[in-house]
This record gives sequence, C-alpha cells and structure tokens, in this order.
Amino acid sequence: MSGSGLILAGVDGDRAWGLQDYVARGGYSALRKVISEKIPPETIIAELKASSLRGRGGAGFPTGLKWSFMPRSFPGAKYLACNSDEGEPGTFKDRDILRYNPHTVIEGMTIAAYAMGCERGYNYIHGEIFEVYERFEAALAEARAAGLLGQNILGSDFSFELFAHHGYGAYICGEETALLESIEGKKGQPRFKPPFPASYGLYGKPTTINNTETFASVPFIINMGGEAFLNLGKANNGGTKLFSVSGHVNRPGNYEVAMGTPFAELLEMAGGMRGGRKLKAVIPGGSSAPVVPGNVMMDCTMDYDSISKAGSMLGSGAVIVMDETTCMVKALERLSYFYFEESCGQCTPCREGTGWLYRVVHRIENGLGRKDDLDLLNSVTGNIMGRTICALGDAASMPVQSFVKHFGSEFEYHIENKKCLVPPEVQYEGSQIYVRP
Amino acid sequence: MLEIEIDGKQVTVEDGSTIMDAATKIGAFVPHFCYHKKLSIAASCRMCLVQVEKAPKPLPACATPVTNGMKVWTRSEQAVKAQKGVMEFLLINHPLDCPICDQGGECQLQDLAVGYGGSQSRYEEEKRVVLNKNLGPLVSTDMTRCINCTRCVRFTTEIAGQMELGQAFRGEHAEIMPFVEKTVDSELSGNIIDLCPVGALTSKPFRFSARTWELARRRSVSPHDSLGSNLIVQVKHDVVKRVLPFENEDINECWLSDKDRFSYEGLNGEDRLTVPMLKQDGVWKEADWQTALEFAANGLRKTAKQNGPDSIGALASPHATVEELYLLQKLTRAIGSDSVDFRLRQSDFRADGFREGAPWLGMPINEVAGLNRLLVVGSFLRKDTPLLAQRVRQAAKRGLHVSAINASAEDWLLPMKNRVLAAPSAIVPVLLQVVAVIAAEKGAKVAEHLSAAMPSAVSDEARAIALSLASGRKVAVWLGNLAVQSEYACEIQQLAEEIARLTDGVFGVIGEAANSVGGYLAKAVPLVGGLNARQMLEQPRKAYLLLNAEPDMDFANPALTQAVLEAAPLVIALSAFKSPSLLAAADVLLPIAPFTETSGTFVNCEGRAQNFNAVARPVGDTRPGWKVLRVLGNLLEFEGFDQNDSEAVAAEALADGNRPDLGNRLYGLEFKFAGQATAGFERLSDVPIYAADPLVRRATSLQKTRDAKAPVVRASAATLAAIGVESGARVRLKQGQGAAEVLIVADDSIAANCVRVAAANAATAALGAMCGEISVERV
Repeated sequence: MSGSGLILAGVDGDRAWGLQDYVARGGYSALRKVISEKIPPETIIAELKASSLRGRGGAGFPTGLKWSFMPRSFPGAKYLACNSDEGEPGTFKDRDILRYNPHTVIEGMTIAAYAMGCERGYNYIHGEIFEVYERFEAALAEARAAGLLGQNILGSDFSFELFAHHGYGAYICGEETALLESIEGKKGQPRFKPPFPASYGLYGKPTTINNTETFASVPFIINMGGEAFLNLGKANNGGTKLFSVSGHVNRPGNYEVAMGTPFAELLEMAGGMRGGRKLKAVIPGGSSAPVVPGNVMMDCTMDYDSISKAGSMLGSGAVIVMDETTCMVKALERLSYFYFEESCGQCTPCREGTGWLYRVVHRIENGLGRKDDLDLLNSVTGNIMGRTICALGDAASMPVQSFVKHFGSEFEYHIENKKCLVPPEVQYEGSQIYVRP
Repeated sequence: MLEIEIDGKQVTVEDGSTIMDAATKIGAFVPHFCYHKKLSIAASCRMCLVQVEKAPKPLPACATPVTNGMKVWTRSEQAVKAQKGVMEFLLINHPLDCPICDQGGECQLQDLAVGYGGSQSRYEEEKRVVLNKNLGPLVSTDMTRCINCTRCVRFTTEIAGQMELGQAFRGEHAEIMPFVEKTVDSELSGNIIDLCPVGALTSKPFRFSARTWELARRRSVSPHDSLGSNLIVQVKHDVVKRVLPFENEDINECWLSDKDRFSYEGLNGEDRLTVPMLKQDGVWKEADWQTALEFAANGLRKTAKQNGPDSIGALASPHATVEELYLLQKLTRAIGSDSVDFRLRQSDFRADGFREGAPWLGMPINEVAGLNRLLVVGSFLRKDTPLLAQRVRQAAKRGLHVSAINASAEDWLLPMKNRVLAAPSAIVPVLLQVVAVIAAEKGAKVAEHLSAAMPSAVSDEARAIALSLASGRKVAVWLGNLAVQSEYACEIQQLAEEIARLTDGVFGVIGEAANSVGGYLAKAVPLVGGLNARQMLEQPRKAYLLLNAEPDMDFANPALTQAVLEAAPLVIALSAFKSPSLLAAADVLLPIAPFTETSGTFVNCEGRAQNFNAVARPVGDTRPGWKVLRVLGNLLEFEGFDQNDSEAVAAEALADGNRPDLGNRLYGLEFKFAGQATAGFERLSDVPIYAADPLVRRATSLQKTRDAKAPVVRASAATLAAIGVESGARVRLKQGQGAAEVLIVADDSIAANCVRVAAANAATAALGAMCGEISVERV
C-alpha cells in the first residue's frame, strides 16, 4: 500500500477502513454536498464529463458519457451495478480499494444513483476474495446505520439501497452483461448487444455498470471539481489511477499515480527490477492487453493514449513486468491456458478457438511445435477476433498475436530446437516457481 | 418501415426486424445453426456473420436489428471469410462421423460444411469427447457431435415451458445436459430431434433403421388429438419408419406432440389384426373376407328380422375417419336403427336434440394468440392437446390471462391467473358464481333459464375468475375433456355459453379426439330417437357394430361395456388390432386399415376438414374401413353404397365441403342442476396421454415414458388420511359391481374428497363409469 494519491490517500491497511476513519479523511463530504445543495443530476454528470474520468475497468469509456445514456424519464426501476469482479491475471486494485477504503465506493455509487435516478445497486465482488466481500458488507452496515444509505439518505427524499453480491469465480462474470446475468441468478454468460444495459440491463431495466475504481473516484471529482481532477492527470486522461504492479519487481503492489506518469517512475516506485536484471517485456493493462517490449515501454507514460500508441492498452492498469529470465513461450502458454479455461462456451469462435490456441502454444513449449504453427496461431486469432459475442475472444487473441509479433524469434527457436532460448536454470533463478533445472 | 439493401437488393421491412428477417424476405440464405424462427435469439453459433456497411467487424444477421438505409452483404469476401472461419471452429471438435451418424443426409452441419468447410482440417490436436446423456425412451444422444447451439435448451424452456435441458460447465467443457438424474419428459420432447442441427439428438425409436434418402415422404394428418396436426410420414417398403411435422402455421406450426410423432410404432405391432376372423364355438378361426362379410351381413339381417332393427346398435371411435363414421351410420340407418354413436366416453347426453350444430372450438386455432382472457373448464390441457397448450403458453407470455376450473390442478407450465379446484360435481356451482359476478359486473341480466339458479354467495376464487373475464377484450371459454365427459356436461355447457354471451366472447369445446367434430358432421349420432352410446349399453342390444374401439379401454364404463358386449348374441368388430377384450366380446373381427393405410378425412376442433391419402399398402388382408362398410351395405342390398373412392364418401358426408355445420349453442333447454356432492368419495378420470386410442396404446416407446408410467390412482394427502392410508399404499376401489386393487399415490393437485382414477387402463378396466361415486378401502 502506498498511501498516496486520492483513493489510497490516508488509508492504513486493515486499520482505517471504517466509517469513522473515512469521515475523518473527509469522506462522505461529497455526498453531503450533493444532498444539502440539491445539486442537479445534470450538473454532476457535467462535472464527470469535465473530469475526463474514463472507466477504470479496462475499456476506458468516458464515465460521464456513459451516465448520460441512462434514460432520464424512464418509468419504473433503474439499476446501478459496480463491477468488482476483478479476475484478470495481474489485476488486484479493486480488491485493495474494497478492503482498505470501501466507503469511497459506497459514496461514489450513492452519488451515481442520485445522478441517474437508480433506486437499487449491487456491488458484484469477485468470488475468490470472500473476506473482501465481508468487509464490504460490514461497511454497508455502517453506512446504513449512519443514514448514508437506504431510505431517505441524510434526511432527504433520496433513497438508495445497495447490496453486495459475490460471484463464484468465473472470469467471464467481469463482462458487464454476464455480471448482470449472474446477479439475476443465471449462468454467467454475456448477452448479445444491442440492446445495451443502459436500455435493457438488470432484469430488463436500464442499468449502469462501472468499475470499483471508477465509483471510488467520483467523490473526489465532486469535491475538487471536474477540472481540478482532470488537471491531476493530462488532457483526455483525467485524475489518478491505481496500477497493480506485479512480476519481476522488488516491491509488487498497488500504486496510485497521476495519469501520464512515466512508466520508468512507476517502476522506480515499485522498487525497480528484481535483482537489477534487464527489463524484457511489460504487459501494461492486464493479461488481455498486448505485450510491449521493455525498451518501448520505458518510453511510455502511464495513460490511455501513450500506451495505445505503443500498440497496447492501459486496460485495468495491471502492469506485469517480465525480466530477461522469462521464457515468453511459457508465459504465453500460461496466459492461453487461462483464457481456454475461462471461455464461457457460449459462442463458437471463443469456445473452440481458445482451446486450439492453448494446445498449439502448449505443443510449442513442449518441443512439439511445427514450422507453420506461428502462421496457424495468427490465422486462428484472426478468426476469433471480432467474431464473438463479448471481448473475451479478443482478450484471448491479443496476447497470442503480440507475443508472436514481438518475440517470434523465441517461438521459432522453440520450434526448431525443441527447447527454450532462455536456459532453464536462468528461468528458475528469475521466477523461483517454474522449471527447476 | 425500414429500407435496407441486402446484396444489392432493396427491401422494406418492419421496424424491429433483424438482418436475418430481411434476408429471408428477399430469399437470401444466410447460413446459421442456432437461429430458429420460433425460438429466442442466441446469436451464439456465429455462423450468420455478415458484412454491414460502416461496421468495423462482421455482425450476426440473426441478432442485428435493421436500421434505415443499412447496407448488408451476406456473401462478400469479409462475410464469407467470417462464415468459413466459424465453420472451421465448429468442425475442429466435431467427430466427423457422418457415415455412422443417423443425421447423415439431413444434417445442417453436413450440408453447410460442403459450402463453407475446408477439405482438410488444420486441427491436429485431440478432439473433445462428451459423454452421452439419458434423455428417456424417445431421444437418443451422441453428445460429442453437439455444437452447443442451445436450440434444444431454448425449446424446452420457451416452447415446452420447462427448462429440462441446459448448458453446464464452461468453455470447451460446456455440455448440454438434463438436470442430474432427470430425463426430458415433456410431451413435446421429440421436437428437439428436429431442431438439433447435427446428429447429437436423434430419434431413439427410428435410430439406425433407415437413411433419410431411402424414405418416401408422404403427407398425412394425425389421428390422435383434436388439433389434427399435419404430418410427413416417412415410409420404406410400405413400412412406416418415422413421422415428422408438416409445417402448418394455422395448426401445428412446425411442431408435433410426441403422441403424433411416435405413435407409428403401434402400426407395426404384434397384435395387428391382418386377416378376418370368426369365432366358432368359442374358438377364433381365420377366415377369408367373403365368408366373414357374409357372416356379418347374415347376422345383421337375421337380428333385424327376429328382434327388429332397433335391436342393433353401432358404436364407433371418435378416432375413426369421417368416411368410416358416415358409412357406419348410413348402414345402421339403412338397417332401420337410429342407434349409432361415436361419443364413447361421454355420459351426459341431455343436450342432444337441442344443439345448434357440432360442438367445436368456436374459433380458429391461430386466433388463440389474439385472446386476452381465457377460461378453461375441466381440462388436462397440456396432456390432452399438447400443442394447443403450447399456443396458450405463448399467448400467456404475451399477456393472456388464463384461468382454469378443474377437479385437478396440474402444472400446465404456463403462467396461470386464477385456478379453482372443484370436484366434478362442484364445477357447476362454481360456474354459476362466475356467471352471477360477470352479470353484476357488466350490469347485464342473466339469461332467463338460469336466473332461478343464481347463487347468493360467491367465493373469492370464483369472483377473481369472473372479474378477469369481465375485464377482457377478447374472451374465450373452453370446455375440456373432463367437462364434456362429466355427468353434468349439459349444465357446464349452458353456463359456459352464458359466460361467453355476457363477456361477448367465444364458447368452445376442445374435443377429445381427431374426429370429435367430424363424428357429428358425419351424423354418427342418434337423430330420431335412437339410443346414444350410454343407452345402447345400459339397454343391451342384440347385435353391435363396433368400429375401431376396444370395450375395456375406449368407453365411459368399461366394466359394463365388456359385460354387455360379451353377452350380446352378435358383435361385429371392425378393428386394426386384436385385443383380449375384443377377442372376448366379438364374434367376427374384420381387419380395417389404420390411418396410414387408408384415405380419409378428419375434422379438427376448429372445424377444418383435412383429408389424407394412404401412405402405405395395407398389411396382410387389411382393407380400408370405408370399403368394408360399403361392401357390407352392398351385401345387405342397400341403396347408396356404390361410392368408388373415399372422396365420394366425404363429399356425401360433408355436403358443403369445408364449411360444416358447427355451433355450440343449446336451444330451448331448461337448466336443471340437481347435482350435489356425493356422500363418499367422488371419482374423476383422466385418459392418460398415451392411452387415449388403440394405436397410441401400442406405441412401445411412448409406453416407456414417464407420462405412461404416471400413477394410476391419486388423491390429496387429506383424502388419503380420510381413507386411512399412506401414499403408495394398496387400496380396493369399488364402483357398482366392479372392483380393482391398485396403488394410491398422494397428489395435492386433486380436489378434496376426490380420487383421480386413470381410465383406459388395464388396472382400472374392471371399474365402472369415469365419474360418480367410488368407494375406496384400505387393503
């Protein structure tokens, strides 16, 4: 825990998550302001638009714009959902937000509900982090007891009920429509869009789904104003962002830095490369983002535009750092296995294609690769991408394409020599997990 | 309306249409697997990807809504590349075992693979294997072939009304399966065989018995329920191999009930009657037609002469064709008797002589979708007419309020608004209450003949039904089999008519069999003082003509029927099958053709006369029933038995062709309800779905289904307690002379103080009438 930035400012591990500490840090002042000043919903949405806050779950969609899609005069229930189903390998920021600062999410969601006229909300929490689910439930109880949640919030005529809902460990439930299906008690499988959730969401009603970190940012935007939030970062990339730095660094963890911070600085914050080794590659936005060679990455700043220019995505901000001891074939094999196991099985290209990709990469890694395997991988990924119901097909394909593109020679070496370019003992030195020489 | 250009062709489609709808409209074929016009959109197979202008990636035609001015290419390079890519994925884990697959030759995957598949696979890894599932006696599985299109899942959920299949597990491990240890028990389950685009779900009875290209496809009409589903009967070497639906949007849409689909197995059963037989000194001997017919003709002539023509009665099955029924009544009347009837399971005939016309549904089947209030009285709708229930289910999902009054409240698998559970004898009082409330609500006067019977108190349940109907825009009241077979059928009919009058709605009779309407039109009912089916048995005749009916199974009172027929000096039975009860009762057995081996006509519940041709040659010496009756007429030297073909008979029977004389109103009949709850237990009877007629009773696979194995006798837990037994105990049932020892099972969907006893069942054939008092004792 870094304890700096906005969301993580003043948090103190498991000690200061409660309501009292949150209020001491200035918590719920944004909600009080909204309610006491009766700020019109349009103004809140305008502030969000001004802040350039972009969805922190991975897609980076402008939050203010998303909120403005909710039908204003819809008769009947509207829903709000928080996507805390953080399942992407390398991502662990929402876990820490919910664990160490849950009230900021509650406050953010309540303001969002106020702005969009939602009467019910659900926070869908990743199933494997049950203690975080319990922590969030405890925070909800505190907020309800303090009149900050439930009927007639802070004595006003605004009411909002918020519930925690935990998943059962399916990565696909992080896809927003699969998440809605799962809340409805069905098998978590993405829906075909259109219709989009803003018109046909939870139980067929207009629904807005945002990431945990997105909601957590909302109170700060209300307090400091959209422009000030934007100015923390850089144009089109407002505010601060949590980065989950993992892999071959000395101090893996969550770091909240201003958008646009150079990657080199973030790497420094994370203690630099482990053992002082050379940076080989970085996956800058969670396992589904294309891998970026180390030298290219060192020139990037941590924001949507810069990373995009480097051919990857900022995604959820999970920065996986790999040093020279990494076998890229083995790394890809592990990633492909993940997508093979997590495909929901609904639509054909992903159901059949992810298994095919994994098996070919697995074969290459185990010395059974064939000469045309790389062409095959490129062709199969091409047949998956853009042909599926949700983005999981793309997510499974992009690592394969980028690994082959940037580290093709390593794959070729594997195929030709039936062994790894990086000697096993070197790999073991680096990872201490994988192959024992 | 929206303008769209597909493959360079302009087409205008309605708002809300998809690209697939538009493509269908201009006749452009977009390859697809998961899409089906009657099911919800899954968009999961991705085979129908097409190129859309300005879209960065190909879009699924089945799920993409049309926007105005959209330009679509279904066969462009981008579209075909996407389609071929998907086909490759579908095939990598498919076993490609077409030579040993039952679907070969009629497989969508096989067909489309020709156009979109590669000639060689690039996939050289191990293929997926999926264990087969036991879905019951009708549907066979080869799950490794499954492409997870989920059509079967959506069918069971949306059309059949109960999710009996689902997709479990994720990704490549995904499998279609029933719930643990469960089978697919829907009465519509066979449709998933048609829906399956690959060989994963195939017909268990048909399996491995023929290839599709060896089979002749011939049209026919189902001889079972009153819907008259249109069939394609597939025949090889004059043997019926299987039955498929013939699409008729007005009747069965593209579906078939399992009864219609699998009953053909009975045609090839061991107890088909294939040669005429005579009983001489109590011993059955085969005979030639000449001898048998002369025996029958002489017998009739002699009986008429000795005992008068009135001593002869004719009893026919409502599953017989119009031609058979018409010639039977013509023959009977030529002999000089008016005693002819086809309503074998009815017990109340007081409405005869007051009827406007043949009782019918009162409306076309395809107008069910337009109803917004429906009351069904005395019906096991889902089992009696599965596809009519399916239509009601779809309408109920779109806002039709369905109410029911019955002696049992089975699950119809559709949203029910109101339900009243009343013993058979208590249905009339409930209807009286409904009439009273509707009249008050509408400020209308109750018809004069009913005014004296109006109740003073009204139950909440009856009021709820009345208010639902009174608020309707398009109302229908239907009578089911239990209502028609009730001892109070007359009063129920009068009250249903009154409800329809007060709500400006439709009064209809669902009808129990394929020719429940046709029998009236063919005049197979007493018209001038002859005896009806009940009277003919209660006042024994000297000679009986029996058409297609089995004494112990097809009558309202099996014990009485069996005894009377056995005692009668002459019983001439025209039948496709020989059953022990027929062998005991009859003196001569004339083998007549089942529906597949004769031409004929059925008039369905909406009054539609549907004729059909024979699809196979008659087995053995079997002859079409109408020909046998015509020759009998000739032998007896009657006029008017010189028709050359069945069309001539039909033309004579249905003089005005397709506009038969239909009508449910009763004219000039007083309302005399004298019913009251019986002191003991009251019997209510269902005719189990696979026991209703001689053919389906012999369909071996259907007899292995859960529906065929349903408990024979059931009563509510409270009734069981009153009897003093536990569920599953043996009890002795007694009705008049008849007694039977059976197992009784608790079922709280049965009205209080009632015992539901299956009719058309060997275990209960010794009992008496289908309704009335019954005594139950613990053994």
